Amino acid sequence: MSIKNMTAEKNWSGQTMVSTDYLLFEAPREKHFMTGSEVLKEAMKRCTVDASVSYPITPQSEAAHLIGELWAEGYVGTYFRGENEFGVMSEVAGCAMAGARTVTTTSGPGTLRAMENFPMWSGTRIPVQLILMARGINSPLTIQPDNLEVTFMLETGCMIWYAENVQELFDMSIAAFTVAEMPDVHVPIVTVVDGFFVSHTRESVMLPSDDIALRRYDPYAAPLPPIDSEMPPGRFLRDPFVMKSNYISYATHASWQWEIRSAVERSIPYAKHFLEGLVHTTGDEDAEIVFVACGTASHQAKEANRELTKMGIKTKVVKLRTIRPFPHAELLEATKNAKYIFVPEFNVVGWLDKEVTTSLYGKSDAKIIGRPRVAGGMSMPAEAIIQEVLDNTDVKKGA
Amino acid sequence: MANLGPAYYSPYPVAAYDGLLTPPEGKALLLTDIVDEEVAMREIARVMLTSENATIFPGPQVLYAWNDEAKKKATLIKEMAEVLNAKMIPMYDYRPKYPKIDAEVEINPNHPNLTIWHNNIKACIFVGVHCHYANVALKIVRSETDCYTAAICGLSGHEDAMATIRDQHSEEMAKFIKIAKEVKQELGK
Repeated sequence: MSIKNMTAEKNWSGQTMVSTDYLLFEAPREKHFMTGSEVLKEAMKRCTVDASVSYPITPQSEAAHLIGELWAEGYVGTYFRGENEFGVMSEVAGCAMAGARTVTTTSGPGTLRAMENFPMWSGTRIPVQLILMARGINSPLTIQPDNLEVTFMLETGCMIWYAENVQELFDMSIAAFTVAEMPDVHVPIVTVVDGFFVSHTRESVMLPSDDIALRRYDPYAAPLPPIDSEMPPGRFLRDPFVMKSNYISYATHASWQWEIRSAVERSIPYAKHFLEGLVHTTGDEDAEIVFVACGTASHQAKEANRELTKMGIKTKVVKLRTIRPFPHAELLEATKNAKYIFVPEFNVVGWLDKEVTTSLYGKSDAKIIGRPRVAGGMSMPAEAIIQEVLDNTDVKKGA
Repeated sequence: MANLGPAYYSPYPVAAYDGLLTPPEGKALLLTDIVDEEVAMREIARVMLTSENATIFPGPQVLYAWNDEAKKKATLIKEMAEVLNAKMIPMYDYRPKYPKIDAEVEINPNHPNLTIWHNNIKACIFVGVHCHYANVALKIVRSETDCYTAAICGLSGHEDAMATIRDQHSEEMAKFIKIAKEVKQELGK
């Protein structure tokens, strides 16, 4: 496909540009059977992406490769390979500062190698999207699924959304650009999926036609001026106050940090709309046993819910779709009847358990149990979740 | 007036942490209340017309003629200042000024309080300032001064201002000036 000039209606690949609402909620869809990596290609194909930078690391390599194919096919403006993940995340920042809608992907050790860039991304208010296909980060080196790396991302000032499956990855990664680019939000967004479980698993997915795509990004609605010949990148990074030790310097930094976090909070109404709620619940609404989870752990919790229902035990699953902003009000409402809250997780530290415990502290009388917790590539069978319920609640006594 | 915050141990009120977000389309924010745009316009005009040393702070988006809309807005802001009996102190750019800011003639988002203190400004309007820098400045002003802050924004508005109106283009600015003239007449100013 040849690159064409963009018009008011058509992007450079000849796709008709439509609203996010139309693309996500109104356009007719057809059923396909795809892996997470393949569906990410389909999502980015419909996003009028200006730039993508890649670096191979399992399990996201295939997704990065497929976005490269989109460039070859004329759907992505520019695409290149960085020197390493630190280079990639820096180059992504440059693309976004110059006004490009930019996407990249990484996993596990790649995330940690690039870490310094993430708070820089948010501090510069760039709406770049990182697709994080979570993988273990321990030594000895592992390529197995594990989401420990997410804990390192929590306080970077980036939004963090978590997709459970291939369908959610498709829809979320499109909505992510729209929410991240809202002028009053305009911070980076990290769309997380569990590596292998989603990236390499083929599932049914409903996709709209590929002759429509998101409208282009308007950098002139950004909260910071985009770079041009008179505005060097990160102008403020070289300005004197960062080097000073005085109250003016402290005041600016403090206000700046609060502003980044305010921007993440401002995404709440938009995320509620495009994600149809910050949390999704399934199971018995009045259940006293509640599973709070994200990603594929919530899928396993739903399996446990089905089995427990057969055993006559009422449970409910609260799936968190956004981690930053954290859905405090929605979680409190969804757990108001809970006596026991289980937080199943794919990592050793229990970062979601800590988040849930902090959020509900002083507001809920429920006993919060951070189990089951698996790591290092272990799967989480529904039986493990059921056993925790049987061991830690009074259901055997007829609750 | 800084009736919000502080946010944890920060000296600054952070409206988003008090549950306040930018107003929905077609609406405005007055302190903690979502109101009709016209209500906010009348209140901003009233405060500006009745406060000591009311000042408009125009930012780079209206100080430089980077498109026709910017030129129109600049002309309207001059008229707005006349109607509101307000001074104008520009925010030329966003660089902190060292070794010393000239607080008499300019304001800077990194230390906006210096200009407000120096000129004893009790009410102000931010207009044409890129949203991030406006928000950084508004938090500092709200904490460090007793100045009433209003933000006239071409995009989504600013919850850290005490009054904010959003999606303000030249047409809406002309409407604000018309309302300000009415308020001025009512006040006999």
